[in-house]
Amino acid sequence: MNTHPTIALGAARVGFRGRIHAIDAERGGAGLPAAELERRLIELGFVEGAAVELLHQGLFGGDPIAVRIAHTTIGLRRREAMAILVSAEI
Amino acid sequence: MSDVSPALPSPVIALVGNPNCGKTALFNALTGSRQKVANYPGVTVEKKVGPLVTPAGRTVRIVDLPGTYSLRARSPDEEITRDVVLGHAQKDVTPDLIVCVGDASNLRLALRLALELKQVGRPVMLSLNMMDIARRRGIEIDADRLSRELGVPVVSSVAVRRSGTDALLAEIDRQISKQQAAGTSEWRAPDAGALRGAQREADRILAAVVRGPGNPDSLTSRVDKILLHPVAGLIILLAILFVMFQAVFAWAEPGMDAIEAGFQWLGGLVEHLPLPDLVKSFLKDGLIGGVGSVIVFLPQIVILFFFILVLEDLGYMARAAFLMDRIMGGAGLHGRAFIPLLSSFACAIPGIMSTRVIDDRRDRLTTILVAPLMTCSARIPVYTLIIGAFIPAREVWGFVGLQGLVMFGLYTLGIVGALTVSFVIKRLIWQGKPGEPFMLELPDYKMPQARSLAIGLWTRAMIFLKRAGTIILSMMVLIWVLASFPQPPEGATDPAIDYSFAAMIGSAIQPLTAPLGFNWQINVALIPGMAAREVAVGSLGTIYAISGGEEAADQIGQALSSQWSLATALAFLAWYVFAPQCASTLAVIRRETGGWKWMWVTFFYMLALAYVAALVTYQVSRALGAG
Ligand SMILES: Nc1nc2c(ncn2[C@@H]2O[C@H](COP(=O)(O)OP(=O)(O)OP(=O)(O)O)[C@@H](O)[C@H]2O)c(=O)[nH]1
Ligand SMILES: [Mg+2]
Repeated sequence: MNTHPTIALGAARVGFRGRIHAIDAERGGAGLPAAELERRLIELGFVEGAAVELLHQGLFGGDPIAVRIAHTTIGLRRREAMAILVSAEI
Repeated sequence: MSDVSPALPSPVIALVGNPNCGKTALFNALTGSRQKVANYPGVTVEKKVGPLVTPAGRTVRIVDLPGTYSLRARSPDEEITRDVVLGHAQKDVTPDLIVCVGDASNLRLALRLALELKQVGRPVMLSLNMMDIARRRGIEIDADRLSRELGVPVVSSVAVRRSGTDALLAEIDRQISKQQAAGTSEWRAPDAGALRGAQREADRILAAVVRGPGNPDSLTSRVDKILLHPVAGLIILLAILFVMFQAVFAWAEPGMDAIEAGFQWLGGLVEHLPLPDLVKSFLKDGLIGGVGSVIVFLPQIVILFFFILVLEDLGYMARAAFLMDRIMGGAGLHGRAFIPLLSSFACAIPGIMSTRVIDDRRDRLTTILVAPLMTCSARIPVYTLIIGAFIPAREVWGFVGLQGLVMFGLYTLGIVGALTVSFVIKRLIWQGKPGEPFMLELPDYKMPQARSLAIGLWTRAMIFLKRAGTIILSMMVLIWVLASFPQPPEGATDPAIDYSFAAMIGSAIQPLTAPLGFNWQINVALIPGMAAREVAVGSLGTIYAISGGEEAADQIGQALSSQWSLATALAFLAWYVFAPQCASTLAVIRRETGGWKWMWVTFFYMLALAYVAALVTYQVSRALGAG
């Protein structure tokens, strides 16, 4: 059913809408150990199947990004958002 | 009654929930306290205990806790919550009942936390707070079903409305009367798999019990299109800060004039009392001249806090942190450092405390070290006095007050100083290890409530007046004594104050501060000014009142502008931007970093910065002809 390829949320553009396909914390940069990053993302509600939308981005390098997940809006950096794999919704 | 039952310790009820779900608002409503409530995550960083007598007449103790997404405790504030919930903190706050508080308009993460709290083995209930917002948005929650699914009692609450806590109170009574014993805790720090499973379960329950529009708060979305716009958002942020500092000057005038007139009238009264001259001088120069010269700045403090409180209640602070994240990151600061630093505009002490929300120790330490460089409200009297005396009240570019502009410049200097210092710390001490992630919930906007705004302003005004009446007052007494004794010898020709201890002390340090252009009067003001910054203003008021005699006494500003050069005034301002002139801030740094080391580091680096800044300012201004 999933005709669209998965991309990392950290590489998506403003206006992107989609669903979370997987969390791959190894791709989330060197700030935190992967296992810890994964737990933090899940604690903020980033789990497989949840709907996400990229709402805003900052001026410098498009960073950080504001992401709506369900009814919550979370600000985070693109580096960590690389760990969130999403597929676009039509 | 003869039957004296042994005083059982009153039951403890802990409020636990996600950040910003309204725990402190509930705590205040239940206990009548006035703890800080604001619309951003991470406001509460300490545990607070307050008494409550329930409708059934039971006395219980409510514990307010820092918000958290889980019990795993990733930062110092979350550790406090974890320890209380698990019963690892002091015995007297071990909860007999856990009230899990959830934002009814956004329950997803709260339900996962509720599932985690159930594992602790203590009685749990859920309060669906902010029910007013949920209703307004057309969200319907089947509370009975939710209660069955979760296996805990569920009530609704509206913390900010009268009788909004009735259902919660009734349920608390019911739960407490059951006297359930705590079971054993099955809680273990969950791994990713367990968290995932719990969130799935929460999502399943959510889908079963919540009906309503799937779309988010439309007002917030529309406002954010502008306020979080990459370019416009930054410009608006700067404009807000700019207007804030202009307003501090422009709006305060009438209030300050009135307070000043009041103190002059008091001074006049004292003049006519049948008292010895020395007592009159103590009342007029020491108390009225000293303390009065500080209290005059109350309107400015109130205006500054008005802006900060409105921004906090609206929900703008988290947005500002979002906009500033990259800029702060470039300077080696954590994105979450923004809110502590912005709170430091009010006072560095709550600012330093709120760094507890920063998980990484180094990032937290960096923020603590630079927080005192942000221009706190205690600097306002010093800045205003000097600016008022030396900077003409002109308009530039047709609409901007020059005095407000200089004020803005001083604030900017503090910010640039803080960013530079943190950059150096990151490079030299931590050697550029990659930073912790920035993840911050951006709450929906809320309309500030007049009542809570008024309470907030009143609280801040009282804190300021209390400082004026205690620490500043006692320093003023000290200064007056130093400036009045010993009395001049018979037939002395110089002003009496030249023979006083104050003059001796001030002259003794003169060689150190002469390169900065400071005179002995300034030197004397600096030392008690270490206790609190405003003391410097009061001290100068007292010293010039005593030495000036009749006419100079009323207006310190006039005395200063006739006796200081512009270069000295500017150097004095530069000193105050950087100098560690606040004992309580240093004490908090010691407490929060757990030792003397970082306190002394802060003290000496700030002192060195202040000296260099004042030196450069003075010498350059003199070279430019302002000597
Ligand atoms: N409309 C409405 N607003 C509420 C209610 N409860 C709290 N608020 C507002 O929600 C915001 C957050 O409230 P707080 O009490 O500071 O939240 P908290 O849970 O203590 O937050 P942290 O201390 O950061 O964890 C504030 O702006 C409150 O005025 C409510 O029942 N209805
Ligand atoms: Mg709170």
